[in-house]
Amino acid sequence: MTVLHINQLSKRFGKFQALKDVSFSIEKGEIFGFIGPNGAGKSTTIRTLLGILKPSSGSASIFGMDVWKESVSIHERIAYVPGDANLWPNLTGGEVIDLFLKLRGSHKPEKKQELIERFQLDPSKKCRTYSKGNRQKVALVAAFASDAELFILDEPTSGLDPLMERVFQECVLEAKSQGKSVLLSSHILSEVERLCDRVAIIRQGEIIESGSLEEMRHLTRTNLVIETKEPLNGISSMTGVHTVKETEKGTALQVDAEALDEVIKKVSTLGIVRLESTPPTLEDLFMRHYEGTGSDQA
Amino acid sequence: MSLKPFYQTGSLIKFYLRTDFLKILIWTISITALTMLTAWAFEDLYPSEAERLAIAETMKNPAMTAMVGPGYGIENYTTGAMMAHQMLLFTAILAAVMTILMTAKHTRGDEEDGRAEMISSLPAGRLAPLTSVLAVVGLSQLLLAVSIGTALSGLNIESMPPGASFLYGAAIGGTGLFFAGVTAVFAQLSESSRGTSGFAFLILGVSYLVRAIGDVSMETLSWLSPLGWALKTEVYVSNLVSPLVLLSAGSSALALAAFGLMLKRDLGSGMLPSKPGRSNASPLLLSPFGLALRLLRTSVIVWAVALMAIGASYGSVLGDLESFFSSNEMLSNMVNATGGLSLTEQFISMLMAIMSMMAAVPALMFFYKLKSEENKSRMENIYARAVSRQKVFLSYLAVAVVFGSLMMIIATVSLWGASVSVMEEPLGFAVVLKSGLVYLPAIWVMIGIGAVFTGIKPGLTGLAWGYLIYSFLVVYLGGLLQLPDWPGQLSPFGHVPQIPGEEISWLSLMILTVISLALTIVGLRGYQQRDLKG
Repeated sequence: MTVLHINQLSKRFGKFQALKDVSFSIEKGEIFGFIGPNGAGKSTTIRTLLGILKPSSGSASIFGMDVWKESVSIHERIAYVPGDANLWPNLTGGEVIDLFLKLRGSHKPEKKQELIERFQLDPSKKCRTYSKGNRQKVALVAAFASDAELFILDEPTSGLDPLMERVFQECVLEAKSQGKSVLLSSHILSEVERLCDRVAIIRQGEIIESGSLEEMRHLTRTNLVIETKEPLNGISSMTGVHTVKETEKGTALQVDAEALDEVIKKVSTLGIVRLESTPPTLEDLFMRHYEGTGSDQA
Repeated sequence: MSLKPFYQTGSLIKFYLRTDFLKILIWTISITALTMLTAWAFEDLYPSEAERLAIAETMKNPAMTAMVGPGYGIENYTTGAMMAHQMLLFTAILAAVMTILMTAKHTRGDEEDGRAEMISSLPAGRLAPLTSVLAVVGLSQLLLAVSIGTALSGLNIESMPPGASFLYGAAIGGTGLFFAGVTAVFAQLSESSRGTSGFAFLILGVSYLVRAIGDVSMETLSWLSPLGWALKTEVYVSNLVSPLVLLSAGSSALALAAFGLMLKRDLGSGMLPSKPGRSNASPLLLSPFGLALRLLRTSVIVWAVALMAIGASYGSVLGDLESFFSSNEMLSNMVNATGGLSLTEQFISMLMAIMSMMAAVPALMFFYKLKSEENKSRMENIYARAVSRQKVFLSYLAVAVVFGSLMMIIATVSLWGASVSVMEEPLGFAVVLKSGLVYLPAIWVMIGIGAVFTGIKPGLTGLAWGYLIYSFLVVYLGGLLQLPDWPGQLSPFGHVPQIPGEEISWLSLMILTVISLALTIVGLRGYQQRDLKG
């Protein structure tokens, strides 16, 4: 069942095209990663999904309802955490959490107490005295204490320490285990890699790649480290082989998925001493696109 | 190794002078200019003794004494005596506000924001920051005193000789210095900069009240207030220096106390227990309306007190106006010519127009909170939840309409209350209330204009303020300057029937109300359709 569906969404601010034909969808029970550099359009997409910005063209729906026209009914069933929680300096954290929960609708009081303890938040302090991380905790507690069906998280862990980041990841996985869906926009690629089932990469307002990590890896290069009895000559001239480097452990290289078969055939004839293969990390995937922009412009 | 608590004070003084130079200059020039202009205006407006004595009459009532202080030399009301009576207290309070803000910012404010930590990690003495802040604030007050003294001497007004003018300046600077000391002490006790300035302002308020009660009924009580000390100099009348000794001794004692407390505590900690806030929200907070009201609470209270004071001060002069009018036969004849109404009653309508435009200021400010919350990216907290734009818009509108109207009612009732105590033939409550309430629809139109800008062109919301200033100029000055009718009719305040002088015109009130409703609907529709900043 599709929880969120974005179809050819575009958003202009005057002459500036912030989003161009963005499309993706999120299925029930799925954690969807949304990554891209600063200013690529992640937050604009999310604000459009929240009905704060009006789409210039295209459409987006959550639970089958239009995000602009039926935002209030949608918001009864979602929870949102911004990347920089701007709170009211003279309200306490506890007051803000209660306000957020009340404005959303239903929630579970015992869940709120449990989360306040897990995130080690002092709710009796005024928001003015909170550090950035503590303000994020306020937003996170309010989100996870709700019984939302879809969580929209926009760089939710900025300012959190590694311990709290782990608590956050637990919360996300618990939500998933209860059949809830998550849209996670993040800078921390290891976090996305650990949590997400599928990922979309956005660059300059356009989705440049999306799919499961497996699919994306399949489309890209595998890292190999090879040590052979006989010298590994001529491998760098093979098609689909990149960045060949001699290291202490052996020859390190990257191979396109379609060339992998040829390379292994050749290497196996040379007497393999060791062969290490690591799938590309999300960072590799991301950097490849990112570097791509550099060479396009050059 | 010695502790060297004052090490590097000199460098820090230079540093604070550099950061605060412009601020000190602006405060000093503004306060000096205000003082000079007032003295010049007094001399210009009341050149003859008879005119000054007439003004002195209007000042001889408890309400005025409570507000501005006792009138020393009111029997021989020279321009100098008038300045000391009507301006000294007010200007001394301004100086106190200046030093409270400056001191709080550089003591507890720096500590709260972590700047103090940076400085204390450098080779600087433990007391050096506090000493240099107090030195800079002290210098600023010296500058202020000298600047006011020089400016007033320079006016060459006979009743304001140079020596006394410098005493006038010193009383103001001395008050500023005293409150710098008060703030420095609270900076040690309180844990936040808001708490620090809050406590200092509380002491300023209590000083004002104690002096007001003392001046009206019990003179010894005024000696307990530092603001009382400033007035006890009786500048331009008796020119007493001894109260200044009290001010400077008090300031020194407070500074010493602050040093003592500073040495005893850790950086970043306070001595007053900071009371933890609520861990759970009160049910009253849990709605867009409740939140709007909570965010505007302090502002509502401050404006209510201000409009109460304005109403009371207008009301308190009505008694003298009455006796002035009745002693003048020619004027009394004119009164009969306009249909049995006293001039005082006709004057009321003008006062109501002014007060309604003052009440329109908080009304519009309360509504504009909707926009300032959006500019601070706090609205996305609300709109990411199940709350419609209409609900939030109407919540702020409700706060603006209800509390904006309440401001006008407070001013009106307060005017009536003060007038009853000073008039021989008191005005009827119903008449006064009616003459005030008819202005409410004009206030609503101003809110409606604010709503249109907020909804359609949030960048232009400032234009509503321009329109209010325009209204003030044409309605208030229109009569004085003999302007034609049309400029006044471009303002909603120009269409309000002048009760009790005129018949109540339900039609114009209805039209104003309908216009305000229409503007609000246009604003709401725009607000529902546009992108929000956050």
